Amino acid sequence: MVHETVAATHAVVTLDVGLPGIVWGWIITMNMWAKSIGTGVIFMLFYLLKKYPHEAAAYRFKAVLVSVIAIHVFLFFTVIDLHQMFRFWHIFFHPHFTSAITVGAWMATLFVGLLLVLLYASFIKKDNVFFDKVLAWTVVLAIPVTLYTAALMAQSTAREMWQMPTEAAQMIFAATLSGSAVMILMGKTLSYEAKRDLGIILAFSALGAFILYMSELVFGPMKAEEVAAVLEFIKGNGEYATMFWMGQIVAFVAPFILVVLAILNRSTSILNLASISALIGLWISKHVWLVIPQLLNMS
Amino acid sequence: MQLGFLVDLHLCMGCKGCEIACKVENEVPLSTWRLRVKYVDVGMFPETKRTFTPLRCNHCANAPCERICPVSALHYIENGIVNIDKERCIGCAGCVMACPYGAIYIDPETQTADKCTYCAHRVASAMMPACVVACPVEANIFGDLDDKTSNISKYIQQHQGDVQVRKPEKGTFPHHYYVGGGNVHLNPLASDRVEGYSLFNKLTNKMPVGGHH
Ligand code: SF4
Ligand code: SF4
Repeated sequence: MVHETVAATHAVVTLDVGLPGIVWGWIITMNMWAKSIGTGVIFMLFYLLKKYPHEAAAYRFKAVLVSVIAIHVFLFFTVIDLHQMFRFWHIFFHPHFTSAITVGAWMATLFVGLLLVLLYASFIKKDNVFFDKVLAWTVVLAIPVTLYTAALMAQSTAREMWQMPTEAAQMIFAATLSGSAVMILMGKTLSYEAKRDLGIILAFSALGAFILYMSELVFGPMKAEEVAAVLEFIKGNGEYATMFWMGQIVAFVAPFILVVLAILNRSTSILNLASISALIGLWISKHVWLVIPQLLNMS
Repeated sequence: MQLGFLVDLHLCMGCKGCEIACKVENEVPLSTWRLRVKYVDVGMFPETKRTFTPLRCNHCANAPCERICPVSALHYIENGIVNIDKERCIGCAGCVMACPYGAIYIDPETQTADKCTYCAHRVASAMMPACVVACPVEANIFGDLDDKTSNISKYIQQHQGDVQVRKPEKGTFPHHYYVGGGNVHLNPLASDRVEGYSLFNKLTNKMPVGGHH
């Protein structure tokens, strides 16, 4: 590895421009976090309506409303992150379809359209059959809407650490983790069994995401020098080490343990605690993963 | 036609003439750079050597910045230059994330992406890029890679085995070559960055990213 030769060469940059700052910061973290909730809740509603149709019926409107709010939070942060936010319409009138940003924006717009139809079906038309038909299509579309940010990160060729298919899996886990967490917190009238199912989904999402992060941490540096250099920021005394581990514990480790305890004790309040922990931790872990590759100088 | 650049690092003496010419020609705002010359010192006193590397956009054949741009603000023109339409750019910074060479910045005045265009406006008027004209030792060689008789093609032919690009593993196929470069010149991980040696790294306003994060 070339970095290992630095000690031998004593190569040191003696005159250069300052390192660029973090370009995609907390606004993009908010974007990813809110989108996970927006699509995740739809996945969970679909599951509950299949498995527990009677008790889940009351959540048609509520779950879609939460999704609509979350997706609009996502869209809001997407737009305000643009340095030229009033040119947002260029995506629709000068689209470049090799870009995951374009494809994502078009799909997210269609997704919002379907969510509005669901709101209409549940609140105005009150037609459950129609709702369930549209929901099936919404679930199908929710999958690429969840995944497109992973595609965008994969297209960010400069950031070696954001790889496909790992990021795709992380996006799906983030959606099922946050979707189940929100449903547990929202589902006051759900039976213990339904909440337990959601808890199991939450626990396995947390476990899956944690395994991926740990695998990246251990094996990533063996594959690519740039990944090794980036991961230094979360190892040892690295600038983001504390935040990284805080995110891992609050998002994944604690919720997993809490769900196990909740099931052992048939406790919905412990499930609620696991859900809150997962939602907070997800933001932190996403943020660290977003920021650290940007700390590395590219040239 | 495929325009390309070659820098002979044996010749470059780090005068930064190209850097200044670029700044003036393209009115590049304070704190941002389309082209810069990086100094890296190698060895220990008294066995030391200073290396100079001019760094600019590579106008890659497989440009990730062009691919990720949602509105085609970054686009190819027929002479192979990866150009930018600042009127179309929405400032999403996708290109900043995608360019493996850190060649793109957000212009703090227009709040749009910008980078070296090989002076496309000058080339359109049959002039050489400003940096080429300014270089006192002709270390910057610019021309048509598709033309076997061009200076750049001849230079590449004559220096077989010593012609390199930055980060070939990225699969971007740069149209920007270096002769006489080593790891220290071309790989940012091959040198340490010690705080205090950078130009303008203590800026508190007009941050390159636009300052809204
Ligand atoms: S060097 Fe960077 S900005 Fe230039 S064409 Fe290649 S990817 Fe795009
Ligand atoms: S910042 Fe501008 S040039 Fe760069 S990808 Fe976004 S729209 Fe395209």
